Amino acid sequence: MPSSRTEIAGIEMQNPTILASGILGQTGESILRVFKEGGAGCAVTKSIGIEPRDGHGNPCALELDNSLINAMGLPNPGIDAFGDEIKIALKSGKPVIGSIFASTPEDFATLAGKMEDFGAHAVELNLSCPHAEKYGLEVGTDPGRVGDILAAVKSKVKIPVFSKISAMVPDIRGLAKTIEASGGDGIVAINTLKAMKIEPEIGKPVLRNVYGGLSGPAIKPVGVMCVFEISREVKIPVIGVGGITTGADAIEYFMAGASAIQIGSGVHYRGIDVFKKVNAEIIKFMEAHGYDDLSQLIGMARGV
Amino acid sequence: MHIAAVKKIIDECENTKTILFDWNIEAKPGQFVMVWLPDVDEVPMSLSHLSGTKGITVEKVGEATAAIHKLKPGDKIGIRGPFGNGFSKAGSSGDSRSSNKILAIGGGTGIAPLAPTVEKWAAEGCEITCAIGGNTKSKLLFSERLKNTGSSVHVATDDGSDGHNGFVTEVAEKLLSEQKFDRIITCGPEPMTVIMVQLASRFEVPIQCSLERYMKCGFGICGSCSIGGFRVCKDGPVFDGRLLSSLAEF
Repeated sequence: MPSSRTEIAGIEMQNPTILASGILGQTGESILRVFKEGGAGCAVTKSIGIEPRDGHGNPCALELDNSLINAMGLPNPGIDAFGDEIKIALKSGKPVIGSIFASTPEDFATLAGKMEDFGAHAVELNLSCPHAEKYGLEVGTDPGRVGDILAAVKSKVKIPVFSKISAMVPDIRGLAKTIEASGGDGIVAINTLKAMKIEPEIGKPVLRNVYGGLSGPAIKPVGVMCVFEISREVKIPVIGVGGITTGADAIEYFMAGASAIQIGSGVHYRGIDVFKKVNAEIIKFMEAHGYDDLSQLIGMARGV
Repeated sequence: MHIAAVKKIIDECENTKTILFDWNIEAKPGQFVMVWLPDVDEVPMSLSHLSGTKGITVEKVGEATAAIHKLKPGDKIGIRGPFGNGFSKAGSSGDSRSSNKILAIGGGTGIAPLAPTVEKWAAEGCEITCAIGGNTKSKLLFSERLKNTGSSVHVATDDGSDGHNGFVTEVAEKLLSEQKFDRIITCGPEPMTVIMVQLASRFEVPIQCSLERYMKCGFGICGSCSIGGFRVCKDGPVFDGRLLSSLAEF
């Protein structure tokens, strides 16, 4: 049988499906369930900040045609309360990546240090959440600022540092090059796209925060394009995310250059075991097309 | 999101109103909806009326519920759902007993999702015994509605103004010691549910409990309502008592 094992910056994964940040990743028990029942090869926690945060008020999530829109607003218990959750998640024996958000290089470094102390296998810098003031996309658009953040984090921790970036930046190739040059160990692309929904019968935006992030099948072509562009530009591994619900979606991302993929909204579309299903579909595709190893697919469509 | 105009408002009991609206969608007893009040909030509410006209029954306890109480016929609200699993007559996996003799235990506004369940199952031929509790007689919800299903209805009030003077769980304990039931369904304050799970275990009767948690997305992705890795909005809100007993957070 073909192998879908993969490796990113030294992190070995039994299969290339990763729980994306923000989905079910706020408690260790939820992450354990995503591994055990869901079959994920790796999981990223919810984004954690220095202080506890409630996030935006309701409504904060909606189902639209072929997409979801959410404005959770980075709710989290704060880094100091999160160590126990990581410890529970690590009982799985699978790699756990700690997602962190901050607005300064110093705070990013502090958070990364604590994630490393808790036992996280890597950290993922949230440089791309589109609906939280002063965080996410607001710090992740300017390559100079991203470079400063990476320099601070890299000097603090030994575990790999992944940067999750947005498609909504002026120059994604330039940003990717900066991340590589600043010592980044991998790039995760993409986050949700900034979006909103107005209810015609009411005449108002539905989300309490007005703006949210669009996810789900509708954004997949944008994600594939970004992974394609980034992986042509840099040698560090790329993790593809955005609208993946099937093995065929994942294959597109691999062919664009992703070494692994993340699934978030797919949990809604196909259930917690979406990881198991997608991995089985990847293997079935490889079998049908005569591939033995996932590495044969990665970057295939880039041409070079 | 479905935008509904409020069709009718019913004063049910002290501080509690039912809001009826038209919504042509299939909903199961025990399911809930997210109710959007523009400019105020969006809150989870069990459906208390399930036929072509749907309804929610709401006690005024905070800002969002106060806004619901201010609604007038014709006002527009947003509805997402129906969400969650609902009560099941067949029981959860590993429990395939058919259940004809059912004990329904409700406390406060927890009676809201029980009432349509009892109505539906009674119409399908189940023999149902209800025990409902509240602080005082004027706050007891749906006692007439439950009696109209042909079920026997036992009442408990904290102040003794109606029925048993004390907790509804005490009535439940007496019923369980006198009669054999195939299944218990319950919804109410969590301390009541905890006692009901213990009683169900002692009397060896399967129990389904509807839980309440603060919810954000409503469809199982954000994880804000998780209890021991299970999502109240998606895996619940109705849980088997044996599962709940195994969770540290319950």
